[in-house]
Amino acid sequence: MSGQGHRTPSAPRLAVWKFASCDGCQLSLLDCEDELLAVAQALDIAYFPEATRAPIRGNYDLSLVEGSVTTPHDAERIQDVRRRSRALITIGACATSGGIQALRNFADVRDYASIVYARPDYIHTLATSTPISDHVKVDFELRGCPIDKVQLIEVISSFLARRKPTTPSHSVCLQCKLKGNVCVMVARGTPCLGPVTHAGCGALCPSYDRGCYGCFGPAETPNAPSLSAQLAALGMDEDALRRVYRTFNAQAEAFREESERHDE
Amino acid sequence: MTSRTISVGALARVEGEGGLEIVLRDGEVKSAALTIFEPPRFFEALMRGRAFTEAPDIAARICGICPVAYQMSAVHAMEDALGVRVTGPLRDLRRLLYCGEWIESHMLHVHMLHMPDFLGYAGGVDMARDHGDIVRRGLAIKKVGNEIMTLVGGREIHPINVRVGGFYRAPRKRDLRALAERLERALEQALQVARFVAGFDFPDCARDYVFVSLRHADEYPFNEGRIVSSRGLDIAARDFETHFEEFHVQRSTALHARMRHCDAPYLVGPLARYALNADVLSPLAKEAAREARLESVCVNPYRSIIVRAIETIFALDEALRIIARYEEPDASCIAIAPRAGVGHAATEAPRGMLYHRYRLEADGTIADAIITPPTSQNQAMIEEDLKRLTGAFVHLPEDELRHRCEQTVRNHDPCISCSTHFLRLEIDRG
Ligand code: SF4
Ligand code: SF4
Repeated sequence: MSGQGHRTPSAPRLAVWKFASCDGCQLSLLDCEDELLAVAQALDIAYFPEATRAPIRGNYDLSLVEGSVTTPHDAERIQDVRRRSRALITIGACATSGGIQALRNFADVRDYASIVYARPDYIHTLATSTPISDHVKVDFELRGCPIDKVQLIEVISSFLARRKPTTPSHSVCLQCKLKGNVCVMVARGTPCLGPVTHAGCGALCPSYDRGCYGCFGPAETPNAPSLSAQLAALGMDEDALRRVYRTFNAQAEAFREESERHDE
Repeated sequence: MTSRTISVGALARVEGEGGLEIVLRDGEVKSAALTIFEPPRFFEALMRGRAFTEAPDIAARICGICPVAYQMSAVHAMEDALGVRVTGPLRDLRRLLYCGEWIESHMLHVHMLHMPDFLGYAGGVDMARDHGDIVRRGLAIKKVGNEIMTLVGGREIHPINVRVGGFYRAPRKRDLRALAERLERALEQALQVARFVAGFDFPDCARDYVFVSLRHADEYPFNEGRIVSSRGLDIAARDFETHFEEFHVQRSTALHARMRHCDAPYLVGPLARYALNADVLSPLAKEAAREARLESVCVNPYRSIIVRAIETIFALDEALRIIARYEEPDASCIAIAPRAGVGHAATEAPRGMLYHRYRLEADGTIADAIITPPTSQNQAMIEEDLKRLTGAFVHLPEDELRHRCEQTVRNHDPCISCSTHFLRLEIDRG
């Protein structure tokens, strides 16, 4: 086994941080089976508790941040992460828009705590789940729940090459067209969030005969009210319309606003 | 009296966040506490008011490491509530998807998380510098697991193709067949992995565990079976809450679980499954276990790495069998009408049994949800392990002792984010 890990001493230092999340986005890095060792060669994976025991020390050239801010402690910790990082990239819907746990933003978190815990008084949590960009400057946001690993490799390698990552900003619809998928909404009347959802997954759900449920969050200029009219025509009631925008990116502006239009 | 506290700030190479605090008095472990400070995400609360059809996608987000386990438990519990049974090729496809998750998750744990403890590295990536071929072999097997998940589930993390009643689209026979060759190759490699890990230097220890897992008369359990224990418990999944309870301790955002009527903690996961189901492993997996000198009941938790390798062999073998007999179903899903009801299900995540219960309104809306993940069930047993097993290492210098404590926890592949709830080590020597 020759050549493994003979990094130049100046290899950029990478850190992977976790806030409130499911670990799925950072697992995407370990799921790059073919690229992982190459990445480890090009970068010094200096802090990545899910993968190594190496402790936090010093500063990092690139920080990947997963998860949202939901505790007072994490609200402080993200400031420290920012201070230690030359570039900070958020990975996934949790870090970029608050994630599924942002559903508490539409409820009373004390009610949530008392549903789950016998002793809610032991639980220290914030009333909201907020994206990282609400707290510190973010250099790039990678969307998806989970992120797409091809996009992750693109973002890391463009960082190494000091260029801007090329990730598309159009909607899932365009990816369907590129793939030659038959439109599930037009052909089968299946409700689909594709028209308002950010590209990145390669139009996965429609390729499996399913409507998009918006896991990459809103596209850059979505016309959600117009899509809602179409979804209503397909039989979705107000309750269903509110819920469809309120999943893994509920706190992203375009989805939040549209869901609120359907609140009782 | 001399005493000290050893603490591990943030436990590494486990999924999610937690810590340990060990108090030593006069050279003995006085107490061991696992604290899980993973921020709570309140899944059971946010399930309320959603449609039953949404549960598999939402439940998946509890954990990126074993989303299939959450999806499978959710769909089975919903089907139980709605009076539906999925059989034939659709049932097979679910087992196949589960094979993919076991392969992927076990190989990640064996190579990137657990093996570095035995070979003396901080992690898999560091280990790759000296043992590149071994790490690459592990990653190659893992990749085949992910390929199964991608083909059957649409993607490896949070599969999009799972629905109550079946799948959105059933895979093509020829696409599955195309996987067979790579599975055969991975099976060869997994046999080598089992031989390799069986040769590690294991601390000599035995624990008198109460094991709990699913048990199915003629198959190694994934999705279905009765809940059994090494002490004679034998119940249907719907009776879980009669025999098990969750309780809340201040130091942890993860709930603990215990068996009612008996105060002892219990263990779920590969050791438990193997102890209670070794007779229904495939012949090849049985042969591999014999060759690895795995006793018929393994009570040394450090040897769980061998059991994971054996279960990986089983999962690859099973996947090949399913693919060989697969015929495309007439429909990818059974049509389901909502009704009021309560549904229960337990399935076997790679790191142990998990239980879901949902109550549905007449229109199929979720009225309430109970989700009991493997890590919360194992939490008390992990603390017991720390108390009983680290005693032999108390004379070690702080760093080595700390490492031993961490390894003792990693034996059980705890997944802290899943507990929506995980670990830091503090050792108090006074
Ligand atoms: S965005 Fe989705 S996949 Fe990523 S950490 Fe959050 S819940 Fe997990
Ligand atoms: S089609 Fe939509 S819901 Fe499905 S994976 Fe893509 S972005 Fe996510």
